[in-house]
Amino acid sequence: MNLQIALLLGQDGVTNGAIYALLALSILLVFTVTRILLIPQGEFVTYGALTMATIQAGEPTPLAWLLLALTVTECALDVLARYRAGRGLRVDRGMLGKLAWCAALVISVYHLPLASLPVAAQALLTLCLVVPLGPRLYRLFFQPIAGATPLVLLIVSIAVHVAMVGVGLLLFGPEGARTTPFSQAGLELGPVTLNSQTLWVLALSLVLIIALFLFFGRSLYGKALQATAVNRNGARLMGISPELAGKATFAMAAFIGCLSGILIAPITTLYFDSGFIISLKGFVGAIIGGLVSYPLAALGALAVGLVEAFSMFWASNYKEVIVFTLIIPFLLWRSLRSHHVEEDA
Amino acid sequence: MNQVNNPLLEVKDLSVAYGKVEALSNASLAVGQGQIVTVIGPNGAGKTTLLSAIIGVLGSRGQVSFDGRLEAVPEVEVLVGRGLGLVPEKRELFSSMSVEDNLKLGGFMRYRQRDRYLDASLMEVYSLFPRLLERRKQAAATLSGGERQMLAVGRALMAKPKLLMLDEPSLGLAPLITREIFRIIAQLRGQGVSILLVEQNARAALKVADYAYVLETGQVAMQGPAAQLATDPRVIDAYLGAASKHQAMLAS
Amino acid sequence: MKPRVLILAFIAVLAVAPLLLPAFEVTLLNYIGLYALVVLGLVLLTGVGGMTSFGQAAFVGLGAYTSAYLTTTAQLPGWLAWAGGSPWLALLLALVLTAVVALVLGALTLKLSGHYLPLGTIAWGISLYYLFGNLEGFGGQTGITDLPPITLFGLSLEKGEHVFYLIWAVLLAAVLITQNLLNSRQGRAIRALKGGQVMAESMGVNTFRAKLVIFVVAALFAALSGWLYAHTQRFVNPTPFGLNMGIDYLFMALIGGVGSVWGALLGAGVLTLLKQWLQDWLPLLMGSQGNYETIVFGLLIVLMMQRIPGGLWPLLVRYLPVAPVRRVPPAPADPLARRLPPTKGMLILEARQVTRRFGGLVANKEMDLAVHAGEILALIGPNGAGKSTLFNQLSGVDVPTSGEVLFLGQRINGVPSRQIAQCGMSRTFQHVKLLPAMSVLENVAIGAHLRASGSVLASFAHLERHEEARLLAEARQQLERVGLGGYLFEEAGSLALGQQRILEIARALCADPCLLLLDEPAAGLRHKEKQALAELLARLRDEGMAILLVEHDMDFVMNLADRITVMEFGQKIADGLPEAIQADPAVLQAYLGAE
Repeated sequence: MNLQIALLLGQDGVTNGAIYALLALSILLVFTVTRILLIPQGEFVTYGALTMATIQAGEPTPLAWLLLALTVTECALDVLARYRAGRGLRVDRGMLGKLAWCAALVISVYHLPLASLPVAAQALLTLCLVVPLGPRLYRLFFQPIAGATPLVLLIVSIAVHVAMVGVGLLLFGPEGARTTPFSQAGLELGPVTLNSQTLWVLALSLVLIIALFLFFGRSLYGKALQATAVNRNGARLMGISPELAGKATFAMAAFIGCLSGILIAPITTLYFDSGFIISLKGFVGAIIGGLVSYPLAALGALAVGLVEAFSMFWASNYKEVIVFTLIIPFLLWRSLRSHHVEEDA
Repeated sequence: MNQVNNPLLEVKDLSVAYGKVEALSNASLAVGQGQIVTVIGPNGAGKTTLLSAIIGVLGSRGQVSFDGRLEAVPEVEVLVGRGLGLVPEKRELFSSMSVEDNLKLGGFMRYRQRDRYLDASLMEVYSLFPRLLERRKQAAATLSGGERQMLAVGRALMAKPKLLMLDEPSLGLAPLITREIFRIIAQLRGQGVSILLVEQNARAALKVADYAYVLETGQVAMQGPAAQLATDPRVIDAYLGAASKHQAMLAS
Repeated sequence: MKPRVLILAFIAVLAVAPLLLPAFEVTLLNYIGLYALVVLGLVLLTGVGGMTSFGQAAFVGLGAYTSAYLTTTAQLPGWLAWAGGSPWLALLLALVLTAVVALVLGALTLKLSGHYLPLGTIAWGISLYYLFGNLEGFGGQTGITDLPPITLFGLSLEKGEHVFYLIWAVLLAAVLITQNLLNSRQGRAIRALKGGQVMAESMGVNTFRAKLVIFVVAALFAALSGWLYAHTQRFVNPTPFGLNMGIDYLFMALIGGVGSVWGALLGAGVLTLLKQWLQDWLPLLMGSQGNYETIVFGLLIVLMMQRIPGGLWPLLVRYLPVAPVRRVPPAPADPLARRLPPTKGMLILEARQVTRRFGGLVANKEMDLAVHAGEILALIGPNGAGKSTLFNQLSGVDVPTSGEVLFLGQRINGVPSRQIAQCGMSRTFQHVKLLPAMSVLENVAIGAHLRASGSVLASFAHLERHEEARLLAEARQQLERVGLGGYLFEEAGSLALGQQRILEIARALCADPCLLLLDEPAAGLRHKEKQALAELLARLRDEGMAILLVEHDMDFVMNLADRITVMEFGQKIADGLPEAIQADPAVLQAYLGAE
């Protein structure tokens, strides 16, 4: 291996690592607020990338219909729940807004000249389609069992992932897709040319990470989300609705996942079922961070990207074996460190 | 019936059932502006259930009207926003967060309603509980039992409640701290906060309250001005117990 | 109808099934049997032990690939040559290899707590899957073909309807030994895992070993299924051993219900048939080929978890024509051996200068305390005075930073609580720790865990019935002693809180202790119950038991205790007879707040 190859691998590693870091942060965020290990995080990535590809191909994406269907179901359930609680049959402004949003998206994907839109507009449309999936998933699948044991939540999380992969196949077909890069320019840096997409990935990841940090460290809304994670009943008594907190976190997770998908789609070919392995690597990062520390999780995820890139060179067949075996010592270390006398109060 | 002119809280025929078992049946009570009202009764009489149903943590049948408005179905977020606070029996603190963050979150609803004067309230709480100021950077989990109770009360006060409901504030506290808590309850009334107090420690509760209800097996068994109930032979027999000399020491 | 009759009828139906059904349906039944064997292991792991594994498919692969490699490779390495060609020898090696791998993986991952455990199983599940696809001699993604069929008594089980009998015989045998295991002392220890590590350990259960046992048993079931699968299919490739299949196995367990061994069969059956049916119909509906059944499965599991988290088996049981079992209280049996009671007044437990720091916080500072045989010592003090911390150190749950704890003259700092239990210390918990769905009798029998020795292997075959009868008789006797004799077969969770506390005392007594540690035994008790408890404790004291109790209820303490130790701010501030304590100025100042 010479320096040039090392730098190329390093570039690959850092790019993937940055994406894994974003996913790790998102996984951590969802876990701390809702106690859910969000296995379907990777599906937001593939849905984002494949929707972007569909839009660039100028085809109306059926995702808009899925979103509409989920929204109608959600509204129906909300109305029903309200009726059962004795508050009559009533459709409120929020519901109408959600439905209007979905209808507007359905109309847009059929009538806008999708393929000739600027990339930024295509990305925006993709986000508009994918991000609302987050809160819908929370409302329909997780909210009814919000008080369940972490184990039940994990199982439902896996079940949602399994279903979403199937839906992905239905929506996007079995073919892989790659999108056009945001820009063609590159940056000469010594012997290697830094790919412009790499720079986009790094810059946007950094911005997002800082934004998340500020939100949770400084704002009362961020702390309110955290409080829900620490004590649901306590949060309710402060007027913080756990349902709202759950939906908000899932929206953030969908946003981060979808954006990651849009970012890497020009450099990696993604298939409907690529999400799982990607999000598992985010999990490796989150675990290195002990499911609590944001900076450690980000660093861990970056390391996963690098290990993966270099093991690709030395033992490409055993790439996944190496990455997933690596996690076991970390699991052990984390688990031993978190060892404590069972809560008795 | 507690005769007050315009009651802050009025509960009529409130019932709660867990499956087939009715934990609360047709309970009615009222709390007037600036009053301290206490609900006493033995373990399992439905006292906690009553408070949970009033604030909407538990589903119920019956009528709850707060601050002049009838709630068809009490909902926590709505009631908290309108000035009802509950300090639950289990405190429910945000244990891994700092004391100050706990307090600030107590004002979340006001912050959401664009009220930006939280810092002034924070200072008021600190002046009421100087111990919390000393420990403001510490995680809530590291506090002692008494400090936790202070934090729970302080956090509820951050919402500037019109009516504060306290569930067993003396539970698990050493007698000395219990007395401190009761002193603060009396002090709060001076600041215009009305209080609904649920207690097992009947003697101390009756001493501080204006009006009292006795809850037994989910029903209001007796009621009357607190001073009157404190001398009622039936109450003495059942709750104040001649033998309970330690309760007597507390109340002194 | 008795359950046994129903099972016999089920076996009879199975016996004639291959004669009546077409070959395709028999193949389906074979798959159901193979899957059910793996799922049975998951029922043990998840339903009984409270551990979730997504990696069972990897163990299936281990069994399948080992056998495939050994029976098809022409040139085995010299040291393995003896095992070539025969599926039976290969099975032996596959089981040994799986046991070794399971022991290693178990040793690594079973120490993981909470979420880390299922994530750990995902990690090694994926690693093993990629290994199968990449290892030299395993044929990559195409796999290994031309495996020989299994021969039994000279009969070659080539056809599906022949191997059917082997598969289902193995499965039923596995069900039988699993049930036997669960209905034994070892099984109770395993079931106690769900009641929390601290409780199980303090009853003398080696929780790590209990976890490892079921982990290895589940892995062996999976490997056995893999071996049967490989020689039924006659070829193997990596796909059926990936994480997706690992998830499917867990789904089967959940759909059937992890609470019962029969749930495994039901879950495997329902999911296999449903998959078959969906694979026929969905592509027609969707207009293209693909694994669309995953959408239905995913949503089905979500719905089940929301509506019937216990799975289908408990629902089905309600409609089965089974007469309720009449339960007979255990008959008196040879009493278990008792330890020699200590002489009255002998020093039993002593704390010397015990200090415990948490970071900068000093929770206990130079605490001294002594309990003698035939004496009740009460430890009191305001909340947050450090009583619980001290209690934990005395019972081996926590280790002092400095100072020492002596039990029967032996230093027990850092000794695991199960070893301390062995020496005769038994305890109850401030927050009741019992298994709510288990009967009162069995809950109490956990306490006697250390007074018998039946091994796991003996439990498989129920060779320890005599010992089991003695254990249950002892549990019954202790329950009668504390006044719960009328509740033997009630679910422990259905008792009132006060009764649950008394149950914990019976459980502690079942260990035949010389020292009882009671953490707030009177909390939540009604007046009458408190009196009964006080009488019981006084009686035990008179029999020579040493008792240490932490309590808040002053009336209770003052009337019962022989001596009282008072703590404040982690330190001892007074020590003496009840009357002296009540008059002690330091106590009044700190605790009662004299003016």
